[in-house]
Amino acid sequence: MALRVKSLESLLVEKGLVDRAALDALVDTYENKVGPRNGAQVVARAWADPAYKQRLLADADKALGELGFGGQQGEHMVVVENTPTVHNMIVCTLCSCYPWPVLGLPPVWYKSAPYRSRSVIDPRGVLREFGLELADNVEVRVWDSTAELRYLVLPERPAGTEGLSEAELAPLVTRDSLIGVANVQPRRQGGAA
Amino acid sequence: MNGVHDMGGMQDMGPVREEKNEPVFHHPWEGRVFAMYIATGAWRKWNIDAARYMRELIPPADYLRMSYYEKWYAGLVELLVGRGLVARAEVESGKPAPGSTKATPPLTAEQVPTARHRGASTSRDVAVAARFKTGQAVRARVINPVGHTRLPRYARGKLGAIHLDHGVFVFPDTNALFQGEKPQHVYSVRFAARELWGDAAKPRDAVYIDLWEDYLEPT
Repeated sequence: MALRVKSLESLLVEKGLVDRAALDALVDTYENKVGPRNGAQVVARAWADPAYKQRLLADADKALGELGFGGQQGEHMVVVENTPTVHNMIVCTLCSCYPWPVLGLPPVWYKSAPYRSRSVIDPRGVLREFGLELADNVEVRVWDSTAELRYLVLPERPAGTEGLSEAELAPLVTRDSLIGVANVQPRRQGGAA
Repeated sequence: MNGVHDMGGMQDMGPVREEKNEPVFHHPWEGRVFAMYIATGAWRKWNIDAARYMRELIPPADYLRMSYYEKWYAGLVELLVGRGLVARAEVESGKPAPGSTKATPPLTAEQVPTARHRGASTSRDVAVAARFKTGQAVRARVINPVGHTRLPRYARGKLGAIHLDHGVFVFPDTNALFQGEKPQHVYSVRFAARELWGDAAKPRDAVYIDLWEDYLEPT
């Protein structure tokens, strides 16, 4: 593959169809500048600032724009909130739709046949494989990203984090919790749950 | 098209395997394929629906075997050739055809951040009446188009309820084939898990699917 791709790139550059420096900039953007830290920052703000949380749930595009997030593959965002009785998870059964501005590019498992096929028919089984066992009284809502809306889960703020600042909260928020296949743990090191 | 890409509800695909500390790209060529797809998109010779359709046209056995960015590469070549940006012989040789002129790339490195922030919305600011209201019961149509569609098979014929009206968007089925945008309302439709999968599902679980108006009918 590496050779075929290199050959295509040199063809496109020679024909003036792409600018090699633009390709470098695109790779650098998604390798280094855009990723789940963005989404974590959004969640930390929502936990720390109830008014921001309301804006985020009511008009995600506008609220994400306040933090400078938006654009390609996140033009139309919806944020869904986890509560003690509702658990949300995101999938794209038809391809690989994912909110790039807040999560970066999707991991392989998100784009894989096992996740795309089973998350709608057996979400609880899939969550169990991620180590998350949900009680029967929790309503599971699976969001299949079939159109141009992109979804982000607002996970529950874990107990024991009341005193933490926004900057201290953000590192607790994992990519998986923003997709809805994990909850946020109080301490990364696995302290008292 | 009832292709293998339409995977929702299939079983026996194996466990979900999460890779710890996964890199964004596993090989440098994956990043180059990704970047070439974005950069050539700036020519506006195709749209996102056409790009998805090209990947859906990969034969089923290949689709399941190939890695994600192998599929993107295959789809990109078909877009480039199909929309006349390069000739297939040029892809094979890796060299421009003799006498071909050199173009000016529409996306420079300096423009990458602004292009990313601008995005490419498929929402359309046109007055189109909404056929359905929030809370209304609807049924997903039973259709089997041979081209591109975003109505997953697992929802067809199923009863749901309008959760939200997202507004007016380009219709993928026609847009993918360059047959027009046909702008229409897109709704978030809630389907009870039991309606989709039967009584083994938990009674309160649900799947929300974003569906264009042409995919829905009143009950």
